[in-house]
Amino acid sequence: MRRHHDMGGLPAGPVERTEHDHAPWEKKVDAILRLLVAKKVMTLDELRRGIEELGPGAYDELSYFERWIRSITNILLEKGVLGVHELGRAIEAAKARRAAAEACPKTVPTA
Amino acid sequence: MSHDHHEHDHDHDHEHDHGHGHPPGERHPFQPDLEDGPYTWHMALADAVEALLLEKGIFRPEEMRRTLEDIDSKTPANGARLVARAWVDPAFKARLLADVNAAAAELGIDAGPIPIRAVECRPGEHHVIVCTLCSCYPRLLLGAAPDWYKARAYRSRVVREPRAVLAELGLELSEEVAVVVHDSTAELRFMVLPERPAGTEGWDEARLAALVTRDCLIGVARPEVPRA
Repeated sequence: MRRHHDMGGLPAGPVERTEHDHAPWEKKVDAILRLLVAKKVMTLDELRRGIEELGPGAYDELSYFERWIRSITNILLEKGVLGVHELGRAIEAAKARRAAAEACPKTVPTA
Repeated sequence: MSHDHHEHDHDHDHEHDHGHGHPPGERHPFQPDLEDGPYTWHMALADAVEALLLEKGIFRPEEMRRTLEDIDSKTPANGARLVARAWVDPAFKARLLADVNAAAAELGIDAGPIPIRAVECRPGEHHVIVCTLCSCYPRLLLGAAPDWYKARAYRSRVVREPRAVLAELGLELSEEVAVVVHDSTAELRFMVLPERPAGTEGWDEARLAALVTRDCLIGVARPEVPRA
């Protein structure tokens, strides 16, 4: 049976010339993947398998590097490299760091 | 600009006030990237995964920095240099068609470990590349693929109706020109070696390379000599 990512030859809409410069967070996801492959923690085939397992909705609902970081995370959880609880704490810590950094410029004292 | 006040050794405790506290015993956190737009859940996920992998020693901060620099150093200009050299040097062209990665190394370009094959456009025969299953692209040579290369419409249709897709992207080919589509895989990537345009006789390599855009290397455009 043809799976959802196997789209070669299927009808689809017009090709739109969309492009964007990659945001820093997208490059970070790319760099994480390259390092994990270089360190033999995971393979490109595992990345692709993880993306395919996100299901048919992932292609329409998630951006390219959103699919990547989700796949990377799932593969790392599956391998036991990361644990669910520490990941949850790390996400909260990342949000807190961001909130603190965004608050910084606003604390400049006014005369 | 003077950075004197930043040049002291940061081994001391962070007693001075940043306006935001860190839990005791933690290193100073990395400055998050302040970007336009909201901080999405996926951005937080990327930061969290990075922080945990650093904490576990899977990779080091300097490896992350070097990898990011490496990503930024890969651009279509690398492919353009290979094409321009192939246009002026038939022996190099033969070596490029035999082994892109080795030919790139001759010019001091690291094309990465995944084999890349050059497909040559000739009179009456045009080549174009795609990855129908995902997004394989010679990114270790040319940098990131454009969004449309990775999108459903291009991947689905270019193998079925390449002429129509090329026309939508602005390349009209006559019916006499055969179109060959190459579907990339994780183990083998392609790049297009376009035809040298007429009117470039005697040009040096740098001038020729400037004609070769990323889209020429994908095969959705052909090098054009700007009209004077």
